[in-house]
Amino acid sequence: MTGAQALIRCLEEEKIELVFGYPGGAILPVYDALYHSKIRHILVRHEQGAAHAADGYARVTGKVGVCMATSGPGATNLVTGIANAYMDSVPIVLITGQVPTTQVGTDSFQEVDITGITMPVTKHNYLVKDPRQLPKIVRQAFHIAATGRPGPVLIDLPRDVAQAEIDFTYPESVNLPGYRPTYRGHPSMIQQIARVIMEAERPVIYAGGGVIGADAAEELKMLAETISAPVTNTLMGLGSFPGSHPLFLGMLGLHGTRYANMAVTGCDCLIAVGARFDDRVIAKVAGFAPNAKVIHIDIDPAEIGKNVRAHLPVVGDVKQVLQSLLALLQKKENREWFSHVQALKAEFPLRYRQGDKLKPQYVIEKISEITRGDAIIVTDVGQHQMWAAHYYQFKRPRTFISSGGLGAMGYGLPAAVGAQLGAPDRKVILITGDGSIQMTMQELGTAAEQRLPLKIFVLNNRQLGMVRQLQEFYCDRRYMAVGFSFNPDFARLAGIYGMEGYTIENAERLAEILPAVLQSPEPVIVDCLVCGKENVMPMVLAGSTIEEAIG
Amino acid sequence: MLHTLAVLVENNPGVLARVAGLFSRRGFNIDSLAVGRTDNSAISRMTIVVEGDDLILEQVTKQLHKLIDVIKISDITKDEYVDRELVLIKVNADAATRGEIMQIVDIFRAHIVDIGHKTLTIEATGDEGKINAIEQALRPFGIRELARTGKIAMLRGFKASSVNNNGKEDV
Repeated sequence: MTGAQALIRCLEEEKIELVFGYPGGAILPVYDALYHSKIRHILVRHEQGAAHAADGYARVTGKVGVCMATSGPGATNLVTGIANAYMDSVPIVLITGQVPTTQVGTDSFQEVDITGITMPVTKHNYLVKDPRQLPKIVRQAFHIAATGRPGPVLIDLPRDVAQAEIDFTYPESVNLPGYRPTYRGHPSMIQQIARVIMEAERPVIYAGGGVIGADAAEELKMLAETISAPVTNTLMGLGSFPGSHPLFLGMLGLHGTRYANMAVTGCDCLIAVGARFDDRVIAKVAGFAPNAKVIHIDIDPAEIGKNVRAHLPVVGDVKQVLQSLLALLQKKENREWFSHVQALKAEFPLRYRQGDKLKPQYVIEKISEITRGDAIIVTDVGQHQMWAAHYYQFKRPRTFISSGGLGAMGYGLPAAVGAQLGAPDRKVILITGDGSIQMTMQELGTAAEQRLPLKIFVLNNRQLGMVRQLQEFYCDRRYMAVGFSFNPDFARLAGIYGMEGYTIENAERLAEILPAVLQSPEPVIVDCLVCGKENVMPMVLAGSTIEEAIG
Repeated sequence: MLHTLAVLVENNPGVLARVAGLFSRRGFNIDSLAVGRTDNSAISRMTIVVEGDDLILEQVTKQLHKLIDVIKISDITKDEYVDRELVLIKVNADAATRGEIMQIVDIFRAHIVDIGHKTLTIEATGDEGKINAIEQALRPFGIRELARTGKIAMLRGFKASSVNNNGKEDV
């Protein structure tokens, strides 16, 4: 069989049901081979959409997302999506066409050095030069993408390699001497940690996306309940702990809840689980958990001690480490600390003022109320993203899909497409902004073509709200290039794409249509004309500690 | 402080670019880098001299480890090790100076590997200090061309930073 046919066979061996992509000249043989396969291909409208969709699919299903693009511009268009998956540790495999090996390096038509370009934003990548190596490479690519700390892996496939004849055998195992992730935590360190935790009087658990990646939400809950430790989530960690739980503190960091930030500042033992002490979480390093023994559990050794010194580090799979740890812990109460934290929650709740105009926070609160945390919430990037993190009460892992590390506006719509295809029976709600959605709006075409019943809420403030907020605080209200004096009518746009469209200007009307919109089997765009003056609060200003938040 | 790392990598295309790219994008400074294959043709050995404190070195090592092609990293700085550099120096030499240059070559236990009409080409091996010293000694005659390999290094005694045939690490 040809290299291209072998590639498709490999995908079948990996039990891939669906790929996202966009064809072109250099990847023609692969699409020709795909023609004969049962694997479903989702034709997107731009390659960036394919990468984000594969990412959204992977986050919702826990499987590896796959996408394809042709050489040159097809490949470069993937780059934002790859960087996004890399920053948020999402397992995706990307296959790009390449000009024939005989032309590589000659600046030929649609040639670009995509393995060179993506080296800093992939976990690993391959340029296939020898067709016989292809099955081995694909096997390795899926292994690397899905194991250890997950991430994107790119395979660049020259056209002549795709056309060459090879004997196909799919390797049963992978031999990578330089890649052996540590899954079991060091037993004596886990014992030490158990001792420190049992001695702590004011513990806080700081749980990140690694908990979701390791499928360890159950263990996290058991840990929190066993030692009565309140849990705060990073943006990526939302969904790993039930939002309604009395021990839940919401998100921490620059836009974290006051009580989460105060609890972290006051704790004597910080248990970081699958989190990486991102600068948006810790703000000023010296003021982050200053009185705490820091325990850091993560699968990536490079995250240990990178930003904040950990007193007790364990490298390992979060689920396995938590299981070993739980076996060593006894039930304890920390009554005083628990009531202190409850008092903080009561004293400094998240809040906003209702007014004449529709408030964006209210829209999300209402969606949360009606869906009871059962929906999959996909967001874009900006103020609406933070409000979704604040006001939607999550119940389960893999229900909050958002661009965390890269903060890529335009992620939302294609990720929602991928999420809905990965979970066809679930309600997928996209919360986006008028800025973000216009970055990848062409994917409405994909959503319409696939008849995806997406519920799209555009929190439309006619501006780039988050940048406007930054300019308010850091540029003395010199608002530069943040207002849209023209926006399309999103409700009419919905009509053009065969979707239902609504324009909402006040809370009453929203409450009126929302139940029906959320029940509708049709795709819907709700253009929410929200108050343009709202800021995301609380907010930690540059140079402050997380405890010194305003708002 | 300068650290010397012995790094074993899979001899795959692009591995040098991966290592070099990692250093540049993470803001680590390479002082010298030498690479060549080992007794196992599938494995290359890089000797990287990098500047930084312990914290930086820890990050360098951990980030290098994340590269799939990197098999093993040993920071041998604190152990006893042998290190060598090779230099080729083409220096101006006429009848009047030739004798003096040859004396310098003898003192440094270097070799003359080529004689031109008005030049001598000298080969010297040694640690960084010796190479610097011979360069200084020859500079007054006028160095026309100079090429250095960068440092390669190996632990003294029984200890090794290699991998055996199973890909398993030695002691």
